[in-house]
Amino acid sequence: MGKLTIGCFSSLVGSLSLDFSVKLSEAAIQKGHTVDLWVSGNATMVSKKGQKAFKDYSFLAKKIQELVAAGNLKVTACEACAEARGYHKEDTMEGVKRFSMDWYLASSFTADRLLHIGGD
Amino acid sequence: MATKKLGFVIRTMPYKIEGSRLGMTHAISSQTVEIYLEDGDMVEPVVCFIGDGVLNCLKNQQAMKHYAITSLEQHIKNSLLLDLNVLICKEDIDKLGIKEDALIMDAEDIGGETNAKVVPYSEIQKAMESVDHLLFC
Repeated sequence: MGKLTIGCFSSLVGSLSLDFSVKLSEAAIQKGHTVDLWVSGNATMVSKKGQKAFKDYSFLAKKIQELVAAGNLKVTACEACAEARGYHKEDTMEGVKRFSMDWYLASSFTADRLLHIGGD
Repeated sequence: MATKKLGFVIRTMPYKIEGSRLGMTHAISSQTVEIYLEDGDMVEPVVCFIGDGVLNCLKNQQAMKHYAITSLEQHIKNSLLLDLNVLICKEDIDKLGIKEDALIMDAEDIGGETNAKVVPYSEIQKAMESVDHLLFC
């Protein structure tokens, strides 16, 4: 089975690209692959804890936590992008890591496929 | 011991969204990626500006003055200082009426020795075909 690295820059609210990224991650995992999900720019907010579900917006926190807990999804947020948004280490969702951008490039090194979703 | 090539294809306008800035900062981060890799393994980026993305390459940007943020010009110069391969699409600058002397082609003022290259799209296509992974920003 392969490894898929997905990088996403799109916002949690206002774009459905992150929604797509998480659903694609889940589909890949169901097929037996492992997935690294790198969230940078506005996408970092998907890895913040304390999100509330509203019917008008995608609610991805629960799905991400389930996939991370099952062990086949690694979610890593861009540390600088997070800090710039007032989202600090203690605000990070359980199981999510925070690193600098070189982590994403390193993940791409061992990826069988890289899907990069530019943002807003 | 291996090298993986990454192609950053920057299509978005400067300052309107964060895409081009993130593309460049991610490409520049290739300089420190070794801390996560085995000895001898490397990541080699090529940065291609196409479409509206060529507007990122204009000289004399005043981002610090107007937005109090670093300019994309500085990021391009840093890329050249680090000897990254920077390609700018000739057809797209022609389409926008931009002359080559209006573009950031070098980083001599900060000690860079590598120049950006204005190339036909066919060269950018070749660069895209030569990489292991493409990242559209």
